[in-house]
Amino acid sequence: MDEPDRIAQRLALEESAGYDRATIDYIQRAAAHGLYEIRGLGAKRRVPHFDDLLFLAASLSRYPLEGYRERCATKTLLGTRFASRPIELAIPITVAGMSFGALSARVKDALGRAATEVGTSTTTGDGGMTTEERASSKTLVYQCLPSRYGFDPDDVRRADAIEIVIGQGAKPGGGGMLLGQKVNPRVARMRTLPEGVDQRSASRHPDWTGPDDLVIKIKELREITDWEKPIYVKVGATRVFNDVKLAVHAGADVIVVDGMQGGTAATQTVFIEHVGIPTLAALRQAVDALDDLNMRGTVQLVISGGIRSGADVAKALAMGADAVAIGQGVLVALGCNSDSYIAGGEHVSAREDYARLGTAPGFCHHCHTGKCPVGVTTQDPALELRLDPAVGARRLKNYLKTVNMELTTIARACGKQDVHHLEKEDLVALTVEAAAMAGVPLAGTSWIPGQST
Amino acid sequence: MANLRPVPKTREFDLSRDSLRDLNLFLHKHAVDAGVAQIEVRNPAGAHSIACGLDAHFDVQIHGHVGYYVAGMNKHAAVTVHGNAGPGAAENMMSGRVHIRGFASTAAGASAHGGLLVIDGDASLRCGISLKGADIVVGGSVGSFSAFMAQAGRIVICGDAEDALGDSLYEAVIYVRGKVRSLGADARFESMTDTDRAAVKSLLAQSGLAHDPAEFKRVASAKSLYHWHADANQEY
Amino acid sequence: MCGIVGLLVKNPALRDQLGALMVPMLVGMTERGPDSAGLAVYTEPVSDHHHKLSLYSGEHAVDWPELLREIAAAFAHAHEISVQGNHAVLVSSADPDLLVAWLGRHAPMIAVLSVGQSIDLYKDVGAPADIAERYRFKALRGSHLVGHTRMATESAVTPAHAHPFTAGRDFCLVHNGSLSNPHLVRKRLEPLGIEFETDNDTEAACRFFEWRLREGDDLKTAVQRGFSELDGFFTFLMGTDRELLIVRDAFACKPAVVAETDDYVAIASEFRSLAHLPQISDAILFEPKPEEIYSWRI
Repeated sequence: MDEPDRIAQRLALEESAGYDRATIDYIQRAAAHGLYEIRGLGAKRRVPHFDDLLFLAASLSRYPLEGYRERCATKTLLGTRFASRPIELAIPITVAGMSFGALSARVKDALGRAATEVGTSTTTGDGGMTTEERASSKTLVYQCLPSRYGFDPDDVRRADAIEIVIGQGAKPGGGGMLLGQKVNPRVARMRTLPEGVDQRSASRHPDWTGPDDLVIKIKELREITDWEKPIYVKVGATRVFNDVKLAVHAGADVIVVDGMQGGTAATQTVFIEHVGIPTLAALRQAVDALDDLNMRGTVQLVISGGIRSGADVAKALAMGADAVAIGQGVLVALGCNSDSYIAGGEHVSAREDYARLGTAPGFCHHCHTGKCPVGVTTQDPALELRLDPAVGARRLKNYLKTVNMELTTIARACGKQDVHHLEKEDLVALTVEAAAMAGVPLAGTSWIPGQST
Repeated sequence: MANLRPVPKTREFDLSRDSLRDLNLFLHKHAVDAGVAQIEVRNPAGAHSIACGLDAHFDVQIHGHVGYYVAGMNKHAAVTVHGNAGPGAAENMMSGRVHIRGFASTAAGASAHGGLLVIDGDASLRCGISLKGADIVVGGSVGSFSAFMAQAGRIVICGDAEDALGDSLYEAVIYVRGKVRSLGADARFESMTDTDRAAVKSLLAQSGLAHDPAEFKRVASAKSLYHWHADANQEY
Repeated sequence: MCGIVGLLVKNPALRDQLGALMVPMLVGMTERGPDSAGLAVYTEPVSDHHHKLSLYSGEHAVDWPELLREIAAAFAHAHEISVQGNHAVLVSSADPDLLVAWLGRHAPMIAVLSVGQSIDLYKDVGAPADIAERYRFKALRGSHLVGHTRMATESAVTPAHAHPFTAGRDFCLVHNGSLSNPHLVRKRLEPLGIEFETDNDTEAACRFFEWRLREGDDLKTAVQRGFSELDGFFTFLMGTDRELLIVRDAFACKPAVVAETDDYVAIASEFRSLAHLPQISDAILFEPKPEEIYSWRI
C-alpha cells in the first residue's frame, strides 16, 4: 500500500473519544435489551488510590526496627466505646461482609476458617447467617441490612458484633440484587423468597430513616444484646464527612466506610462506575470527621473498597483507619479470576467455562450469573464443589498472612513498634489528585492542594 | 388439689421509677430463673424498645403509649400495649403475639417472620413492609405503601388502605375489607377462595374481631416482577 | 437529624404557662438533637407601627444599653430593649429593615434572629435543657411556639444553622428530614433578591414559603406549591403570628405525633415529648397523614 493510502486508512479508522467502541457497545446493548447492564465486582475505571501514595520510611531522621526480629504489634480493638465486649483481633485486616447467596456456603465456611486461624473477623451479608460460618468463624459480625433477609434475633444473640448497613461503596443509595440463578432452594428458604426469583433488596431500612431514628435503632439493638456487643455502622462513601459525624452522634461503636472501588455481587454498572467517591478521599473525610469530634480512638474506623495488599493496609492505617475490610481481594485469593481451580490437589483449567460466559480469567465480573468458573460466587451444586473449603481456607490464610507481613514490614521500616502508630505524616503523594484527596503533600514538596500552609 | 400448677409470678416495672435497661435486662436474663412469666409495665411515657428481644413465653402488659420498636424481634412472648405504639412495633418478630390496643405508627410488623401482630386501631404507612411470614390484623385502616415488598405472611385490613398497597409483593397475601385508594406495582385483586375465607375467619377470631370474612377482598402478587424481562416495560 | 415540638394554647388562661408546658417537650427531644436548640415564641403583638427584633450576640460581649443609645442616636424613634445575657429583644417603631441594615453595619457581631410583631426567637448551641435554663424558657408566655433540637454536622456548631429558621415578618419554620434539591430552590430564589444566610436545606424551604406568602399565597397554598418544588423527606412545622401548621411529605418517614385537647394542641416528633402534658390521657392523639396540611389558629 502506498503511504497516502495508509494514511487514508488510518484516518478512516480513527476512533471517536466520545463514542469509542465501549460506548457504542453500551448503546447497542441497551437498544437490544431495554435493560441496564448488571454485573459483579467493583469499579473498573481508574481512580486515585493508595497506589498514588508512598511511604517516607526511616533513615537518619527516623530509625527503623529490625524487620525480622523486633516486635511490631498488630493487635486491633474494635468497639470500645459502649460495648461491654469489644472485638479483639490479632491483625487489623478483616473480611468484608459478603452474603451467603452471593457466595456459596462452602466459601463462607472457608472465610471463617481462615479468619479464625489468623485471628480476625468475618462478616455476614444480605441473606442471614449460615450455621457453617458461625461454626467456623470465631469472630463473626452480623449485618442488619435494609432487606432484613434471614434476619433472626437468635443470630443477633449468637453474633460477636452487629453491623447496621446503610450503604455499600459499589452502590451507595441503592439496594442489592440477587438474580434468579443464585436463588437456590436454600438461599430462597433463608430469604423467604420463591426459588429462582430475581431478588431486589431495599434501599432504605424498613423501620427507620435518618440519623435521629438511627439513634433509636442502635439503642434497640443495644437493649437486645444487653449492651454487650459492638454496633458497627457501615456507609457507602458519598458525603462521608457528614455521614461519619452523624453515625458518631447516632451512637456507633465502629464506623465502616466503603469506597467506590468496593465490590458487589450484582449491581447496575451505571451505579458501580458513577456513584460514590474513591476510598482514598472517603478515608480522609472520615478521619477528618472523627478528628473534628475528637473521637479518634473512641470510635474505630474500618475502611474498605479496593484494599489489596499490605501496602494498601499500611497506607490506610497511616491515614487514620483502625482496620481495613477486604472483599474482592479475599475472593481473588480463593481463586476468583484464576485460570484454574483445585480439585484433588491438581489445578484444573476453567478457561472453557470462562469462555462460555463470554469472558476470560483476569476479566471476569460475572458473579451475578452464579456461574463462577472457579466455584466462588455460585450456588450451583456442581460449580460450588470447585472450591474445597480446606483449600480455600489455606489460600486465604496465606493471603492474609502475607498482607499482614507486608504491613509490618512497612511499619518497621517507618520505625513503628505498632502498626497503629503509622501516621499521615509518613506519607507523600505521587499525583496532585491523590495529594488533594488524601491531604498529604506531593512527594518532594510541602504542598497539599487545597490547604493553605 | 386444685392448684397443682404453680401460679406464675408477676413483676411490675414502673418506668417513671425503673429504667428501661432494668426492665429489658430482667426479661432477658433473670425472669425465667425467677419464675416470673407475667410482667406489668406502667408509665411507659413513649419510651422506645420496651420488651424488645424477648425469647420466652412471657405475658407482658404495657399500660400506656410506647415509642419505637415495642416488642422488637419478639420470640414466644405475648406483649400487649394498652395504648398507641410508635414506629416499628413488633419489627422482625419471629413468633408470639403482639397486641396494640390503640394505633400503630409507621412500619408496624416490618420484616416480621412469624407470630401475630394485632392492631386494634389504624396502622400508619408501610405496615407489614418486607413481611416475612408473620400475620398482621389491623382493626382500622392502613397507610400508604403497606405490605411493600412483603414476602410471606398475611395481612388482614378491616378498614381501608391508602396508596400503593402491596407494591412489589412477593408471596404475602393481603385481605382488605374497605376501600383501596390504589394498588402498588405488581399487586392485583384476586378472587377469594374458601381457603382465603377460612384464613380470614381464623385470623379475625384470634384477634377478637367480628367481621364477616365474605366482606374481604384478596390482594396478591401478579408476579410480573419476579423476573427481569427486556421489552416488558417493567416498573422498577 | 432533629426533634421538633410545637404548642398552641387554645385556652387563653394557659398563655402564662406556655413556656412551662413546653420545656419538658423540648428536653424530651434531646436524643434526636443533642447539639443545639431553638425556639420561636409568639407573644402578644407589640403595638401598631412597632416591631420587635430578637438579637443574639453569641460569644461576643455586647454593651446592650450602649447599643440602645447608639440606635436612639441613629433613629429618631422610640426603642426599648430587654436583655437576657447574649440575647435581647429590641422593640422599636423604626422601620425594621433599616434597623436590620444599621445593625449589620454597626454591630456585625449581632445576629438578628427574627423580625415581627409577635415573634421572639431564641437559638443557641448546647444541650436543650441547658439552653432552656439559659434563657428561662419556663417563664415564657404567649399563644403558641415552635421548637427544635438539632444533631449537627458542621465543624463549628453555630446558632446560624440552628432552627427555627425565619424569613420576613413573624414567620418561622423547623424541619425534620432532609431535602434533596435545596440548592436548586436557592438558585431559583436568589435572582429574586432573596438572600440566604446559610447553606442549610431548611433555610431553602423557609425562604421558599415566605416568598410565596409575600406573593399573596396563604400558608396552605404555599405549602401545597411546595409539594412539587421541594424534593426530599420532611416534616415541616411552621408558625405565623396567628397560626401553627404541620405537614409531612408523601413518604412520611420522619415522625410526628399530635395531641389535641380543648385547651391546647401539642406536636412533637415522638410521643415521649408529650407524655407529661396535662390531660394527655384524654387528648386526641394522631399522626399527621402524608401531604395533608394541619393547621390551628389562635
